[in-house]
Amino acid sequence: MKTFKRVMALVMVAALCLCCFAACGSDNGSTTTTAGAAETTASADESKAPAADGAAFKIGSTGPLTGDAAIYGTAVMNAAKIAVDEINAEGKIKFEFKAEDDVADGETAVNAYNTLVDWGMQILMGPVTSGAAIAVGAKTYEDRVFSLTPSGSSTDIIDGKDNFFQVCFTDPNQGVGSADYMAENMKDAKVAVIYRNDDAYSQGIRDTFAKEAKAKGIEIVYEGTFTKDRSTDFSVQLTAAKNANADTIFLPIYYQPASVILKQANDMGYAPTFFGVDGMDGILTMEGFDTKLAEGVMLLTPFSADAEDERTQAFVAKYKEAYGEIPNQFAADAYDAIFIIAAALQEAGCTADMTAEEICEKLVAVMPNLKIDGLTGEGMTWSTTGEVSKAPRAVVIKDGVYVTPGK
Amino acid sequence: MSKAKGLNLKKGTVRNAATYSIVIAAYVIITILSSTGSLKRSTQGLLVPVCCYIVMALSLNLTVGVLGELSLGHAGFMSIGAFTGVIVSMSLSAVIPSAGLRIFIAIVAGMIIAAFAGFLIGIPVLKLRGDYLAIVTLAFGEIIKELINCLLVGIDENGLHFIFNPTGSKTVEDLALSETGKVIIKGAQGATGTQTIANFTAGFILILVTLFIILNFVDSRTGRAVLAIRDNRIAAESCGINITKYKMIAFVISASIAGAAGALYGMNYSNLTSTKFDFNTSILVLVFVVLGGLGNMLGSIIAATVLYVLPEALREFSSYRMLMYAIVLILVMLATNNPKVKNLLSKVIPTRKKKEGARK
Repeated sequence: MKTFKRVMALVMVAALCLCCFAACGSDNGSTTTTAGAAETTASADESKAPAADGAAFKIGSTGPLTGDAAIYGTAVMNAAKIAVDEINAEGKIKFEFKAEDDVADGETAVNAYNTLVDWGMQILMGPVTSGAAIAVGAKTYEDRVFSLTPSGSSTDIIDGKDNFFQVCFTDPNQGVGSADYMAENMKDAKVAVIYRNDDAYSQGIRDTFAKEAKAKGIEIVYEGTFTKDRSTDFSVQLTAAKNANADTIFLPIYYQPASVILKQANDMGYAPTFFGVDGMDGILTMEGFDTKLAEGVMLLTPFSADAEDERTQAFVAKYKEAYGEIPNQFAADAYDAIFIIAAALQEAGCTADMTAEEICEKLVAVMPNLKIDGLTGEGMTWSTTGEVSKAPRAVVIKDGVYVTPGK
Repeated sequence: MSKAKGLNLKKGTVRNAATYSIVIAAYVIITILSSTGSLKRSTQGLLVPVCCYIVMALSLNLTVGVLGELSLGHAGFMSIGAFTGVIVSMSLSAVIPSAGLRIFIAIVAGMIIAAFAGFLIGIPVLKLRGDYLAIVTLAFGEIIKELINCLLVGIDENGLHFIFNPTGSKTVEDLALSETGKVIIKGAQGATGTQTIANFTAGFILILVTLFIILNFVDSRTGRAVLAIRDNRIAAESCGINITKYKMIAFVISASIAGAAGALYGMNYSNLTSTKFDFNTSILVLVFVVLGGLGNMLGSIIAATVLYVLPEALREFSSYRMLMYAIVLILVMLATNNPKVKNLLSKVIPTRKKKEGARK
């Protein structure tokens, strides 16, 4: 009897496992990453039939599709798929897109990148997060694969690599930009900074912010730190900031800990002006977060979904229809990234049958000459080091959407 | 009795020889495949990390399987080894152009520093009984993570510059490097821009050396004393075995091997942050050891390889791959605990238990 039970249990688990396999097999096609790839392949195949030269460029991307930072990776992949579909529909150039999960970890990102190389990737649009991008950057530089990260903001990503370009601002730019904005618009602010000191992104922005604030004469009255393991309770930091009479709290952190800070500050009746950077983007679409708490939060972001220009509105409408939420800045960066790649490929006269190295050399040569209008900035240009030049924009959250301050 | 003993010894030698030959055969096959270009890029990328995790699993198996103490902070030793290795290899990059020699020196340095850390931890803990080692090593791993977060290291022609920065208020500019200087570790941002000089051959040699150390250790006089302590502490003590000394020897060896694995790992990625070596990494390695079998070195090697490659092999399931990974893990645990499977396995492979039975 006992043996029978055990055997039965094993069989049941095996059956469960098989069900999962089957479910994954079919689900996969309609929900996640490969979905777009499958669709785009299909559409590319369709157009291949009439036109003989309809071969597609293979664009790969790695980003966190699971884990803590999944909201960024998913937004990037979703928007990239929209952009790829638009470009394929236009028909001047054909793209095939594939996304791999890297859980925002350097080690996994390198594995994901290698998987994409096996797939035949010619251009890398990614990785999404800084740590992963630095790790992968060393490999793409060795392999000569042209890379454009939509949202990896550390300067270490592009440092010493001619083939790596960024769509978003670098960390120093964000720190300097925030300090400059405060110096201009919030002259007498007493600023408290709460940042995560075991995170490259957060520490990097804080360092440049502190330096620029000192230069511009902004008073920093308190600095509080936390680590990944201690990002669930901020009462100590908030009380200290309150006691230091801070009326502005600068949060160069991601939105999950920021949401806890907003909640706890609200609970203790402390209402300073919260000022975030692009990591704060995403807070409005966070599950289980009361968006009323984010009312009045300012952040520096190159993209706001309420912008009135036609392209932004078309993109937001399309994104909302396809994925049921308002796209964040990461999505906009990725959408731009795909169009930048398309423009660069056309400018360089690349064809889909070229190898990754040939494409890389040609694109590296044309990138500094490009000038592109995108969702995240007008007239974006790139230096030969890979850094983008565009104007940052401060927005404030009002009634659950981003609006320009003072409007 | 004496006949059984002789046979026993032979079996042990045979098993060790089998372990070595499997590792060597795997290396030869992979090298041939890779030189003929039939190895996929993704597989090639996995080779070095797999080597690192195999060595980690072997090292932890020495603590958990042979010494019988639970260590939950083994990633801490790996972290020490990794950052030491990175500092050493980057500092020597101008002096020693040969990558192989630099890997060797970096690994040795990682081993020494990690062994020293293991010794420090061991002094207060190994005298105690019970689960204290587990608790203290758990805390140790976290402490190492925080300490490295506060570390700023750079190098220029005047030598190495260190800043310990617990408040987080200092930046790399406080290192006062000259113009030709290079920052090696930037606190929370970790070590970036490291030259990735690690290669599969270095990993393979490290596995062989580790196996040589551990298998010989277990068969040595010291190793038998350690096994005696594991099996019955009181009996071992009554025989005059110095418990603390032998525990310390095994623990320090284990820590130093983990440091070596870390050094190799650190030199394989151009970006390394201390948060990588957290509690999860310690547990991951512990899973390799438990699944491979406590005290079973070949089992650790196989388990580490399979479990590391598995999530990558399951990439086609995209978001569901970690779910699949968990299910496979549960299935394997169930299957290996099944008496029928066990019986079948023991017929094929001579296990320690069977031998003990035969001796009786």
